[in-house]
Amino acid sequence: MPEQPGIERSDTDRMQSEKPMIEIRDVTRSYGAFKALDDASLTIKEGEFFSLLGPSGCGKTTLLRMIAGFDNPTSGSIAVGGQPMEGIPANRRPTNMVFQSYAIFPHLNVEQNVAYGLKRLKLQGGEEKRRVEEALAQVSLTGLGKRLATELSGGQRQRVALARALVMRPKVLLLDEPLSALDKKLREQMQVELRRLQQAVGITFVLVTHDQYEALAMSDRIAVMFGGRIAQVASPKEIYQRPVNRQVADFLGGMNFVQAEIVEENGASLIVDTLGFGRIKTDKPKAFVRNGGGAMLGIRPERLRVLWDDATAKFEVAGKVVERHYFGEITHLIVEIPGLEKPLSVTETNDFGADDIPVGTPIRLAYDPEALVAMAD
Amino acid sequence: MTVAAEGAPPLRMTRARRNALLQSEPVQGLGLISPTFLYALVLLVLPILVVIAHSFWTQHYLTIDRTFTLENYRIALTEPIYRDLLWRSLYISLTVSLFTVLLAYPIAYFISFHGGRHKSLWLFLITIPFWTSYLLRVMSWKVILGYNGVLNSALMGLGVIDEPSTALLYNSSAVIITLTHAWAAFAILPIFVSLEKVDRTLVEAATDLGDGPLRSFLRVTLPLSAPGVISAVLIVMIPTVGDYVTPKLVGGKDGVMIANAIQAQFGKAANWPLGAALSVTTMLIVSLMAGATVLIIRTLQRMAR
Repeated sequence: MPEQPGIERSDTDRMQSEKPMIEIRDVTRSYGAFKALDDASLTIKEGEFFSLLGPSGCGKTTLLRMIAGFDNPTSGSIAVGGQPMEGIPANRRPTNMVFQSYAIFPHLNVEQNVAYGLKRLKLQGGEEKRRVEEALAQVSLTGLGKRLATELSGGQRQRVALARALVMRPKVLLLDEPLSALDKKLREQMQVELRRLQQAVGITFVLVTHDQYEALAMSDRIAVMFGGRIAQVASPKEIYQRPVNRQVADFLGGMNFVQAEIVEENGASLIVDTLGFGRIKTDKPKAFVRNGGGAMLGIRPERLRVLWDDATAKFEVAGKVVERHYFGEITHLIVEIPGLEKPLSVTETNDFGADDIPVGTPIRLAYDPEALVAMAD
Repeated sequence: MTVAAEGAPPLRMTRARRNALLQSEPVQGLGLISPTFLYALVLLVLPILVVIAHSFWTQHYLTIDRTFTLENYRIALTEPIYRDLLWRSLYISLTVSLFTVLLAYPIAYFISFHGGRHKSLWLFLITIPFWTSYLLRVMSWKVILGYNGVLNSALMGLGVIDEPSTALLYNSSAVIITLTHAWAAFAILPIFVSLEKVDRTLVEAATDLGDGPLRSFLRVTLPLSAPGVISAVLIVMIPTVGDYVTPKLVGGKDGVMIANAIQAQFGKAANWPLGAALSVTTMLIVSLMAGATVLIIRTLQRMAR
């Protein structure tokens, strides 16, 4: 795709300070022989929207709860805002949390819920009321202050939980799967709102989620976790386009894996031979460890494009459509390529009629060799 | 054949209608409660009506004069002896409910929040005293508090007192101690149940918002367990007002309660109408007191916000 002139491309929306807000050093949390978190190190910057992404049981919630102070590391250290958190109980940490179940106090109304943490501060001259109003306005709940928690919808309860945490003006806001209980449409709307809110208040957000789209849509950076270990920390685009290993690639969406033979390894790049795609030069991933003469390459389904009629491309592979799945705005084609062990999965938008390609049709696919990335197995 | 064919459909319809009737929720509900309901009607409501009726009549040695009178109520409310007994009963039952709930709450809290895997074991242990008769449990307090009892021997052995104290047994304090012990389990269970229902994330949320353990308890756990506290207070208060075995055994002269007087009117004194009037008066006052207690706890709960 040609670069449009006048549009400056950038991976992040906003300049962030490089000052670290949360420093996690060699943190391990064991329950007997089981390690919920295994030697994790991570730095989260001030003002950053950071996501911990992974399947259930990967240790992401354990890590979040340790930042909040509800759990303690077996070994290692956590610092927030330059201050070591060891021995500081949850109620004296500069963090606030939005719980997965929202944990709205059922015996209090919306206003009382939001003012809960302020009561202890004994603010003077209507300051408390003003801050509560401000927080309710931030989450678009103005006028609902007198409602009881039991009279709210799921989305509204989520906003109350958010306002209740934000009103404390924490250094870090921790969000434990805050959108998982909402329906799809509301979830997508809240993703946009959460991101907008974070940009407006400028507080560091740490989000725990198992939904890769949620993490990609909202975060400045993402840490992908598996089995108590951090597999990769990078921007959403980097994580999606250049996953360090097969597990990360798989978790973030569809990926076609192609076995390759290493022809040459020099410095930062690899030259490999594949049966379907021929000889390709690709960037060597950071954690690449050569294991014999083979390498694993991957290409995302949407990076393969159908070549119509007699159109040609510099790089193309030929094959045959074996399956077609219709998804409304897009169609998934499964294409068999001679020489490749597994057929390729191709995502094509429907504006040129990909949804009408009959199964069995011979087809040619264009690709950018840059989109074929090498990764650890 | 034709007769049978004609007869069959209506029969099936009646059966269908009857099935529909049997499966309707109100009918099923009534069916389920009717044995208990009839039992309660015959053995609870009817006797109460008989008692209320008697309270407006007059006893003439062996016969009962059935002309309406309020004389019994005048005696029940103005005669100093009955007034004193009623006050003492209310005082004892209120004190007992207060102490029982105060002592039961920490136990229920411990089992619910720190019982871990052994919750059912703890609950089981609490029911162990009920394996013996109530009378035995009251008698055992006589052994503890008596003149040559465990407590006196222990205090003398320690040199705290020189001769056995008579202040321990046969007074209202002995009644309060005995009743508090006897009713503990009935207070622990409802409080435990309401504490079990408190979502632990709410306590975490309170902590997250800056509350220490004591504050989060006072602002979240305690108000949310108020229903259990209310039931515990009522469960202990209502029956203890009318208890007459315990005062009879450990109460002595100073520990006599209204139920002992009622029993005397129905027994030795043979004045059923006066006994009935005393019963009805007690019932009304207990109902008022129960209502007031619920109101007070609810108000306290609201103030805790």
